Amino acid sequence: MNLLFYMASAVAVVSTLMVITRTHAVHALLYLVVSFLAIAVIFFILGGPFIAALEVIIYAGAIMVLFVFVVMMLDFGRPQPKRNRWMILRVWTGPSFLALILFVEFAFVISGRARPLPTNPIPPKEVGVSLFGPYLLGVELAAMLLLTGIVGALHLALRKRQPAHRFFDKGGPK
Amino acid sequence: MTSVAAESGLIVAGVLFVLGLVGIMVRRNILFVLMSLEIMMNAAGLAFVIAGARWMRSDGQVTFIFVLSAAAAEVSVGLALFLRFFRHSRTLNSDEANTLRG
Repeated sequence: MNLLFYMASAVAVVSTLMVITRTHAVHALLYLVVSFLAIAVIFFILGGPFIAALEVIIYAGAIMVLFVFVVMMLDFGRPQPKRNRWMILRVWTGPSFLALILFVEFAFVISGRARPLPTNPIPPKEVGVSLFGPYLLGVELAAMLLLTGIVGALHLALRKRQPAHRFFDKGGPK
Repeated sequence: MTSVAAESGLIVAGVLFVLGLVGIMVRRNILFVLMSLEIMMNAAGLAFVIAGARWMRSDGQVTFIFVLSAAAAEVSVGLALFLRFFRHSRTLNSDEANTLRG
């Protein structure tokens, strides 16, 4: 168990180190996904299967997709000399190698050959009871925070509407 | 008590947090600054979960869920600001954002 933990930690640290040293944003995002997957493995080993799933679904899934959308929306004004430039071998070998380590750990744990996993994992039910019991106020605050995030992001990212005719242009705050 | 010592887990969380901090201070690209912020929030959540596992309580995991929602709201607003900034100044360099006049 300890060995699995240290391997996952090493993968997390190495991939995070690669994130902050890349020059291309998409390559950094690849390593960031691997880093989140490694942290999800750490969560699983520490006895939190529920938040390990949340980490994969929300962090590595949703938030990273948000980043990728933004990178796709902007063209960074860089000319693309070759069509298949992003397919160069060494770009994806690093992340795939690190992800392979995690996959081997995953297969090892699934095969049941690992000694009893976290001695007593905290079941999702207990987390849910705690979340909607004593922490109910926090849940409501988080809901308000997310609503504020939606409204704020919408307001900030909207383009200014072009008036159909200059007659309708009231000359808002410049 | 899990078989993993809480100290080693906290060291990992600290290393990840420091890496995120170094990323914020070193990189000028706003996109990388946002990624480093994500790393730092994730490391803080990891520390919460480790502490929760140490005392075998679910409170650490509940706090991680709150950290998760805060990170989601932060990254959505941050990326919207980033889009706005990029459209306005056509650059990714955060040092260009030293004036607030729209």
